[in-house]
Parts: sequence; C-alpha cells; structure tokens
Amino acid sequence: MSLSLHSITQQKGIPIAEATRRIADLGWTPTYVKEAMTFPTDYKISKHPKDPMKQVLRSYFPMQEEKDNRVYGALDAALRGDMFRNVEQRWVEWMKLFLAIIPFPEISAARSMAMLGRLAPGDELRTGFTMQMVDEFRHSTIQMNLKKWYMENYIDPAGFDITEAAFGKCYATTIGRQFGEAFLTGDAVTAANIYLQVVAESAFTNTLFVAMPSEAARNGDYALPTVFLSVQSDESRHIGNGHSFLMSVLNNPDNHLLLERDIRYAFWQNHGIVDAAVGTIVEYGTKHRDKKKESYAELWHRWIYEDYYRTYMLPLEKYGIKIHHDDVHAAWDRIVKEGYVHKVAQFFSAGWWANFWRLEGLDEYDFEWFEYKYPGWYNEYGAWWENYRKLSKPGSVPITFADTGYVYPHRCWSNLVPCVIRDQFTTDVVDGELYTYGHEIDRWTHKEAFAGEYQGRPTPAMGRFSGKRQWEELYDGWDVADAIKDMGFVRPDGKTLMAQPHLSLEEKDMWTLDHVRGYTIKAPIKILRDLSPADREKHIADYKKGFTIKRL
Amino acid sequence: MNIQVKVDEDVSGAAGAKTFPGSDSRRYNYFEPKGRKATHYEDVTVDVQPDPERYLAQGWIIAFANGDPTYSKDWTKVKSSNWHAYRAPDQEWERTHYQRQSTIIGTTQNIIQNGRRSGAPDRFDKQWVKILQDHLGAYKHVEYGLGTALMHAQRLGYTQMVNNVLLTNCSYKIRFAQDITLYLGELNLDLPALDLSAGKTHWLEDPLWQDARAAVEGVMGTNDYIEQTLATNVCIEPLICELFRSGFIMQDAAAQNDFITPSVIAAGEADYERNLVNCVELLSMLVADPAHGAENRSILTNWLQEHGGRALAAARQLQPLWSLPVNKRARFDEVLAVQLARVDSITTAIGLDPLAR
Ligand SMILES: [Fe+2]
Ligand SMILES: [Fe+2]
Repeated sequence: MSLSLHSITQQKGIPIAEATRRIADLGWTPTYVKEAMTFPTDYKISKHPKDPMKQVLRSYFPMQEEKDNRVYGALDAALRGDMFRNVEQRWVEWMKLFLAIIPFPEISAARSMAMLGRLAPGDELRTGFTMQMVDEFRHSTIQMNLKKWYMENYIDPAGFDITEAAFGKCYATTIGRQFGEAFLTGDAVTAANIYLQVVAESAFTNTLFVAMPSEAARNGDYALPTVFLSVQSDESRHIGNGHSFLMSVLNNPDNHLLLERDIRYAFWQNHGIVDAAVGTIVEYGTKHRDKKKESYAELWHRWIYEDYYRTYMLPLEKYGIKIHHDDVHAAWDRIVKEGYVHKVAQFFSAGWWANFWRLEGLDEYDFEWFEYKYPGWYNEYGAWWENYRKLSKPGSVPITFADTGYVYPHRCWSNLVPCVIRDQFTTDVVDGELYTYGHEIDRWTHKEAFAGEYQGRPTPAMGRFSGKRQWEELYDGWDVADAIKDMGFVRPDGKTLMAQPHLSLEEKDMWTLDHVRGYTIKAPIKILRDLSPADREKHIADYKKGFTIKRL
Repeated sequence: MNIQVKVDEDVSGAAGAKTFPGSDSRRYNYFEPKGRKATHYEDVTVDVQPDPERYLAQGWIIAFANGDPTYSKDWTKVKSSNWHAYRAPDQEWERTHYQRQSTIIGTTQNIIQNGRRSGAPDRFDKQWVKILQDHLGAYKHVEYGLGTALMHAQRLGYTQMVNNVLLTNCSYKIRFAQDITLYLGELNLDLPALDLSAGKTHWLEDPLWQDARAAVEGVMGTNDYIEQTLATNVCIEPLICELFRSGFIMQDAAAQNDFITPSVIAAGEADYERNLVNCVELLSMLVADPAHGAENRSILTNWLQEHGGRALAAARQLQPLWSLPVNKRARFDEVLAVQLARVDSITTAIGLDPLAR
C-alpha cells in the first residue's frame, strides 16, 4: 500500500452543491428601502430560477485565468511562428469589419446582466449572471486586444487603426449596432433573456464563434481561433443562465403571448443579421475552396436547424408556447434557395468604397466552389464578380454607378440589412410615415412587436426603434468623396482610400478620393417617400421583379 | 476574363513587408491618450461604448419605451463636460482582472488550508467563534448587497471607462462576499457547532445590524450610479466595512488565537484600496468640472450627508461588538475616530466639505 502526499494532506472541503446553496443565501429582500427597478418589463416572474451550473467565483476566476494564459501564449507563439507571412490578406481584411463590430455586442451583454439581476426572485442565478457579466467584459477586451495585435503585426493596419470610430460611422457596422443594442434596450426580458441568451447565445454563437474560427484557420490565421474558441467556451454557462431564466418566465401562462412575440422577433432578426455578416465573411472572405468543406448553408442546417430548432425551440411547444415553424423554414430557404448570403456579399462589393477594409474580388477557383456548393450560382452572380474585377482599377467607374443593371437596395427598417431578396421586399406605414422592410416578418417586427400594444395587450415596457436608422439618409445628396472623408475612411496621406476593390498595395493600383469624386449618394427611402402613390406602386413592383446583371 | 490588378502571390502579410499609404499607422488613433502614449488599458477600453457626440453618426437606434436612448447622460444627476476624460487609475482590463482575482483566491485558499491543517480553528477562543458566526456571518451581506448594487450601476454609466470600474468593483465585492461565506463553511467542517444560518438572522433581525442594513439597502434603492459608487466607496466602505474589517476583526483576532480570519479579511482591504482610488478619481473629476463643478459639488455633498449620515449611525450602532471578545484589544472610540479621519481625507481628495458629525 502506498500513500501519496495528496492523500495525507487532503482536507475535506465543502461539497459544491452546499457551497452554491450558501452563496445563494447571501441575498435578502430589502425592507428599509425598496430595491430600485430601473429596467422595465411586461413579463411577470414569480418562480425562483435555479442555477444549473452550480459554480462559485472561487473556482471560476482561476479557471478563466488559465484560459487566458493559453490565449496569450498562443498569440506569442503565432508571432514566433511568423503567422502573418502566410496569412491570407483577403481574410484579415474582413476582420477589420468583424472585429470593429463584435466588442460592442460583447460588452452590451455584460451590461445587460444588470437588467436580469433583479427581475427574478431569489439569488441563485445571480452568481451565474455575475460570471456572465465578467465573462462578457473578458470577451470585449480580449477582442479589442486581438484587433490591436492585428494592427501591430499585419501588413496593412489601415482600418484597424480607426476601429471604434469606424464602428460608429460605417453603413455595415450599423447592423452590428442593431444586434448589440437589442441586448440592452427596451423590455429587459425581451432584450437580455430572449434576444441575447435564448436566441443569440443558444443558437447563433456557433456560427459566430465556431464557423468563423474554422475558416480563419483555413486562411492561415490561428490567432482568431484561439481567442474565439476561448470565448465560445464560456457560452455554455450563458446558455444555461438563459434557459433557467426562461423556465421561470414560462411558468406563468400570462407570459406566453410575449414569449411567442419575442422568440419570433429575436429568431428572425438574429437570422437576418448574423447570417448576413458571418455568412458573407465565411463564404466570401476565404481563399480556401476545398469542396469537402461544409458551406455556410450546411453549417446552418446542422447548428440552427438540427441542434437549435429541433432540440431547443421545438420542446418549448409542450409548455404551450406557439413556435413559428414557418419562420425557421423561411430562413433556411433564404439561405439555401434565395441566395441571402450571396446577395449580401454582392451588396458589400457594390458599396466597396464606403468600407474601411479592402474587399478582394473572386477568381475562377472561387467560382467553381460556389457553383459546386450552390448550383446555379455562376448564372446569377458570375457576371457581377467579373464586372467587379474589371472595374477594380482606379479610374474605372465605381461599380455602384456603372451600368451593370444592379439596383441599389432599399434598407430594412427592422434589421438594417439591405432588402436583397427583392421579391420579399415590403413596405408599410407606421405613425404616418412610410418604411421599407426586407421581409414580412421584419414589417411585423417594427409595426406590431415594437409597439405599446401587442394583440390587444398593453406592452408599456417594449422598446422603440429610434435614431437615424438608415445610413444612406446621413449622406443623401453627398458626393462619394466627401462622404468618405467625413467618415474618416482615408489613409494618413489624406487621399488614398482605406477601402480598395482588390488587394494590391502598389500605389498605382490604389484608389484615391479623386477617383470617386463626382458620384452622388442617394437614399432609396427618400426617393420612395417622394414618389406619388401611383409611381410608388410601380417602383415597388419593379423592385420586387429584381434585375439581371449585364456583363460589361 | 482578364485580371486587371495582379497581386504578387508571394507577398507576405506581415507588418513591414511593404511601404504604402497607411502602412505604418499602427496605433488606435481615435482617442486622446491620458499620458503621452496610450496604455494597453486605454486601447482595449476607450470608445467601445459609443457616444452620439463622438462617432455614433446615426445615434442610438433603439430606445426605451419612455424615450430614453440606450445610454443617457440623464441617468445621473451630476453632469460632466467630458465623461470620456475619465481613466481608471488601476488600469484594469480583463487579463489583469482575472490575474488579480485568481491570485487573491489562491492566497486565501492557502491560508485557510494551512490553518485548518495545523488544527488552528480548534484553538480559536470559543466566544470569538460565536462572534465570527454571528457577526462576520452578518457582515458578509454588506459586501453582497453592495456588489449587487454595483452590478446594477455598471449598466448606467455614460462611458466604457466608468462602467468598467463599476463592473470590476462589483466583481470584487461579490467575490469577497463569497470568500467569507465559504470560509465560514470551511470553519464549520472543523467546528461542527458553528451555526451557518446565524449570520443571516443577525443581519435581518439583530438591532446591532439594522442601521447597517438600512445603509446598504439605501444603495440598492437608488438608480443613480454616481450616487451608488459614492455611497459605497466614500461612506459605507470606510464607516462600516473598514471599521469592521480592520478596526475590529484584524485588530482583535490575534488576541483570540485566530491568525486565519485576518488574512482572509485582508483581501477585502486590498480590494477597497483599488476601488477607492478609481472612485476618487471619478468624483474629483466631477467636482473639478469647469462648467458643472459647483453644481456637482452640491449634489455630491447631499449624497455624502445622506449616505454618510446613515453609515455613521450604523457605525455607532455596531459599538457593542467591541465589548464582545473575551480578550479586548481595539477600542471603538479610537477606531471610529480613525475611520472618520479616513472619510475626511477622502472628501478632501475629492474636493468636498467634511461629513457632518
Ligand atoms: Fe460573449
Ligand atoms: Fe455570452
């Protein structure tokens, strides 16, 4: 018999279940001063949520520090291994957009924990919310750090150097702002529980934090996977928090109508936003064209359809929640049949000069892969990308204004993604003003969900859409060159654009403000609102018919 | 199909591989660093929470039902000419936060383990064990209540820098509340007679603790995040928390044969030093504000008198604690005088008149 040192020195500790029970008992109901309830909700929660994860900060912090050590060690190793010598620039350029967006939703998730903390009775889940809050603080700053690291070590830092300023100004980051603000504004349960935890984290973090890293690795970038897989490893706890809170909400049948509304809104908008952004980056930002690799559509089917819809959403029906099966199928059809991702990518390239990253066109290897994964792709998009290449030389007409047949899209008032699937375009009048939408459910989201009443039931806590929601309105009537200068998307020489429609860094190939001067930005929504009713109807009918691209 | 712009396939993607416009722009250039050069903390923190007055061209695009935007300057009564000027003196970001929290946890656990291994809890004075059970047990709720108030506060600040110090302050308080809870639980393994539910009963019912509870609930009951950090760090920490931690536990424990508890409690003292410096920097910025300083000063003074007055009453109500140990060391009057001097030095640093006695 041998005695190990451990068995001699080991002491009895407190069992984890008891530790979490003791910690939950730290809370009490104030009697001298009522606890402040800053964040309104129309939900009623009377059942104590349980903490399924049973964790305490004593084990949490060392575990997270260890995760951090691995991340920072890997970044050092990547530099020692000269990662940037072989990285695909096509890929890293898109990280200027992605990493400009993502730290804000992350920190918004941290802030939103404040909104859930006091809503449910009992304190068991508050430790879970505390951990999630600190996790999201981790995610936000670790991503800011990664971006700084790219800026310091990648060949072209322009675009990384203005990142948070760009985030506030860009026509594309507006989609990410809609996503992040939705976590922390409006009805507290709608925002922090349903939109963030039940849908964004439980369904879409897989595409964000798993699909993206896999594609990064295929493009020689092994820094991003290190950071984002570390981020993703925290999500199971957040999903647990969300589910536990949801179970308390479900318990009261009075909440069921609101749950139906919010799951519908959140699912549809997450699809609209995440699939537009991540789909484009994963499919169009890669140089890797192995046909055995799963396409975004295939990944979506596995994660969103099989895992989330079938094992998370469907079981909610047995509690009496109406689940909109058609919405899930409609989202799937948009991705696989209606070219949602391809059409968004087309839009990004149509407005390339307003970007703060360089967007490379496609070549024959890309064409072949797209045609293999999405039969019929070349017929619909081939001519566009050939035109894009032809017009990538400075002095060409910017493709937006060239005679290609492309119709600059309206923007959806709900998710702020352009209405790229033309025959799903729709409009409505809300409070006397005309608005445009990418799909019927987006119209419903604005007019019916984001209102003071839902199906006859008062919803005084529901948020409202606000601000100058459409980027194009900011610059309506502006010269392209002036708009780019105003946004600050110009390199330090004061004339070369940050954006380029190719990857050449030869000065003779790079576009300057002079090359884009003389073209005027027009806000489609203003054009539409200014039309007579008859002309408007015709405009809408024409828009819904779509267009055919002419090969230049 | 001819490719118009040919890219050299061999071009490296590494910094310095080529010179072109912007090739050396390797710093975040959209904010003014506080010092000569931006610190790492500033790089990963500044402007992550946007502001329509800086770069947020479209403004906030979702509003609360009452019309409030996603973040509003109106969520505190005080005003600043430039909320973005604030930087946390402790420069905390995620990595330093996890490192510091883990180090504290490791140290605390070592102390408890070594103490228990040497059989120390059995040698604690019996009366002292009851004091730990009842009053350290009650005190942990002070820490927890402040932690939950700060969690609420970190949603409300106008910049990322302000909200992140509220967040780390919250994280330190809740960790420390858990440290004490688990420490008492571990003592209980060696001292089975120790009643772990007694602390909460004292917190809720013992007349000794009721003013303290009212003071903490006063912080949980306000919606103003600046008021919350002031009440926490300028009023309750020195007058209730430090008074109890260093003025009672740290000073008296050794005489009761307890060398473990002071080391566990010391972590809370170190946490407070950081949180205090962060808070003083913020409040003194508001008092020194060129446009709103005078008005801010009067608002902060009102809060100081309100929360400080409550905390001082709570401190006085705790006085009988100092008579409980068999081997008395600290004297309440002296300890309170030290803590009042502490409050005065804090208010002086901020630029406020002293707390009324
Ligand atoms: Fe996150
Ligand atoms: Fe998360």
